[in-house]
Amino acid sequence: MTDLAPPAALAGSPPGRLQILARRLGTDWRQYVIYIGFVTIFVIFAVTLNDKGFLQTNNLLNIPRQASSVAVAAVAMTFLISCAEIDLSVGSLVGLSGLAAAYGSLHGGLITAILAAVGVGLLIGMVNGVLVTYVEIPSFLVTLAMLWMIRGFGQWRTDSKAQPIASEAFRTLFGSNIMRIVWLVVFAVVGAIVLNKTRAGRYVLATGGNRTAAEFSGISTRKLKFYVFVGTSLCAAFAGMMVAANLNNYGKYENGTGLELSVIAAVILGGTSLFGGKGSIAGTIFGALFVQLIGNGLLLSGLESSQLDIIKGAIIIVAVALRREKSGAR
Amino acid sequence: MDDLALAIRMAGIRKSFSGNVVLNEVDFELRRGEVHVLAGGNGAGKSTLMKILQGVYSLDAGRIEIDGRDVVLHSIHEARQAGIGMVFQEFSLIPTLSVAKNVFLGTERLARSHLLDDASSVTRTREIFADMGVDIDPNMSMSKLGTAYWQLTEIAKALAQNAKVLILDEPTASLAKHEVELLFALVGRLAASGISIIYISHRMDEIFRIADRITVLRDGNRVLTAPLSELSPADVVEAIVGRKVDGTLQWRERTVDRSGAPLLEVRALSAGRRVQDVSFVAHAGEIIGLAGLMGSGRTELARCLFGIDPIDSGTVHVHGKQIELRSSADAIAVGIALIPEDRRVQGLVLQHSVRDNLLITQLKGLRRGPLLNDRKGSATAAKLIQQLSVKTASPNLAVGRLSGGNQQKVVIGKWLGTDPEILIMDEPTAGVDIGTKSEIIERIRDLADAGKVVVVISSELPELLAVSDRIVVLRSGSIEREFERHEIENEHTLQLAIQGVSS
Repeated sequence: MTDLAPPAALAGSPPGRLQILARRLGTDWRQYVIYIGFVTIFVIFAVTLNDKGFLQTNNLLNIPRQASSVAVAAVAMTFLISCAEIDLSVGSLVGLSGLAAAYGSLHGGLITAILAAVGVGLLIGMVNGVLVTYVEIPSFLVTLAMLWMIRGFGQWRTDSKAQPIASEAFRTLFGSNIMRIVWLVVFAVVGAIVLNKTRAGRYVLATGGNRTAAEFSGISTRKLKFYVFVGTSLCAAFAGMMVAANLNNYGKYENGTGLELSVIAAVILGGTSLFGGKGSIAGTIFGALFVQLIGNGLLLSGLESSQLDIIKGAIIIVAVALRREKSGAR
Repeated sequence: MDDLALAIRMAGIRKSFSGNVVLNEVDFELRRGEVHVLAGGNGAGKSTLMKILQGVYSLDAGRIEIDGRDVVLHSIHEARQAGIGMVFQEFSLIPTLSVAKNVFLGTERLARSHLLDDASSVTRTREIFADMGVDIDPNMSMSKLGTAYWQLTEIAKALAQNAKVLILDEPTASLAKHEVELLFALVGRLAASGISIIYISHRMDEIFRIADRITVLRDGNRVLTAPLSELSPADVVEAIVGRKVDGTLQWRERTVDRSGAPLLEVRALSAGRRVQDVSFVAHAGEIIGLAGLMGSGRTELARCLFGIDPIDSGTVHVHGKQIELRSSADAIAVGIALIPEDRRVQGLVLQHSVRDNLLITQLKGLRRGPLLNDRKGSATAAKLIQQLSVKTASPNLAVGRLSGGNQQKVVIGKWLGTDPEILIMDEPTAGVDIGTKSEIIERIRDLADAGKVVVVISSELPELLAVSDRIVVLRSGSIEREFERHEIENEHTLQLAIQGVSS
């Protein structure tokens, strides 16, 4: 066979670069909804709430500061959701790791406090990982159970009392205004590089996109998922230290209650697919900032926090609905 | 034969699963640059043999040589390093990643910083595609490409890993005719460049067109290895089936009484972009073949008639009465059944038992008060299993564990149980072996003889020509031509009509 049909004769030839560019700007605007939404809301607040101090430097910096602990946990959650798993125990772990840090600070100092919190994260992550990947219980169930167990354990061991953080250095390192923004940036940058520029990140996306295909490509998806669970818990423990160092400087079992939902909301708003295979760290960061931005602006405008929750929920639905891809290409 | 000319020698391969012998002293040799067909019925041991070669299964006895060296393959990874590349029938690509990322999945190229070097993957992917003579943008997302591209990407992925042996498992199963030609040309070029190809296929025409030699397995034994130039299609079929096959794939003229009112009448049906102004009639006892390329609207038409896709305009009449088709329940109520294209996704609940899959469509008839009558259900299932000769150890076995051909029989049984008047079958013999195929074709004839209308959609023209009384050719959603079967001289005539070349 010498006269090969021109390959473009294959069914629906792939578009050229121009078309791809057009598509990026055109139909694929959906994946940029979070950025468009962020800018739109920002501009609206800037105009309408200018007289209430929205644009003052301190108020603007409050947004990343307040978003930082959610964002740190959400960076890790982006990996987990990208490989089609979920972790509902991060909120409880934020509470428990804060408590561990508080104990550590009492019985040692900065280093002990960090080791205690990280140790708790490592332990919980390994338990979650083993149960999901080796015992093969769905992650939703494992981590839902862990959510209660971790919180119950923290409440029982502390008699529901708050535990002060005894290390000034710890408070500065994890709770100060400047460090919270630094941590946000560090986690965002490292997370983005790992997800987009390393094999590990590529394998996470592959595993979430089609686990069987990933296995057939030589990826040990079980081991990979295990490590992602451990990583998620470690980041949640880190977020726990930030929360403890910041919230009146104490660790309490109920710190982080409901935080797992804010984390998941940030990830999904940011364009990561709940079904796995697609993830964006930048999106996640903006997702976390977006939720905080709405809260900030609406509080300034005089709404109560109860009303705020209603509006926040509605906005999340709108944002996700706008981003929703039409199901099925055909 | 000089050993150095052998890419692979598998000798005395034995494998059994829980006492069940799947491969019995099988020998298989593959020469360098050869296209070697591996054939056999479902369950003959082809896929087990190939999985051993890919390092998925270990072997109980026997040995494998690659390039004259003894090897032991413990994993897919090791097999791949030894140069074995598999192009999967059910694709192993990640839809959410780009083409280049898929090509280098598992063998990513790294920059000096140890970070991924996607730019060089893209360049290298482009080179591989250029060598293959195809034009695919490495930056496209897999999910935006069609089946043919997935296959080409799979091949590129194997080549990127320096595969010296490519295993192609039914590569044409979901390709249109012109795509098949392209694939054949590519296979020829790969073989000429010294790559050896194991080609698994059920399709006689393909086997004889592209392969040098064939090995046939039956019930775990090698029954034939020979150059195709020394064989006739009948020899191959006989080796696969183990007996002389009657003329199932010969057209048998049937008489259809078209004097009365048609049982099914479709008038000027339009739906979406894929179905435009389609009209045809079918009388009781008639088998209508629907021919056309992939994307010609065949499947979409079937979906409309089964009430899944909404109808924009036009009407459908059954027994002369206009019917509303708003849901599949409407279609079932008037006696229309659809045997869908993709049995694994649309046809079966794979982890449910054969029995439960068979009964799902007819639970209404099995009621005893508010409960289900289990005994009656089991009897019904047993009857269908027997009627279709489904090979299953038990009605309670998960249907996903049956071979493809037997799964297809279960899908057909599921609908036969409802006693439909109009049966639409979309690619009813895709991926089934020649023995099962002739059984299914016989069954279609039985159904028509019993006074039903059967609409058969198929890409396999010999099959369509064998079974149809009339053939409707669709092209870009409209009817291109309608033939009485006897008006069609041969496959070529029909092929021309499908391609839109008027004769």
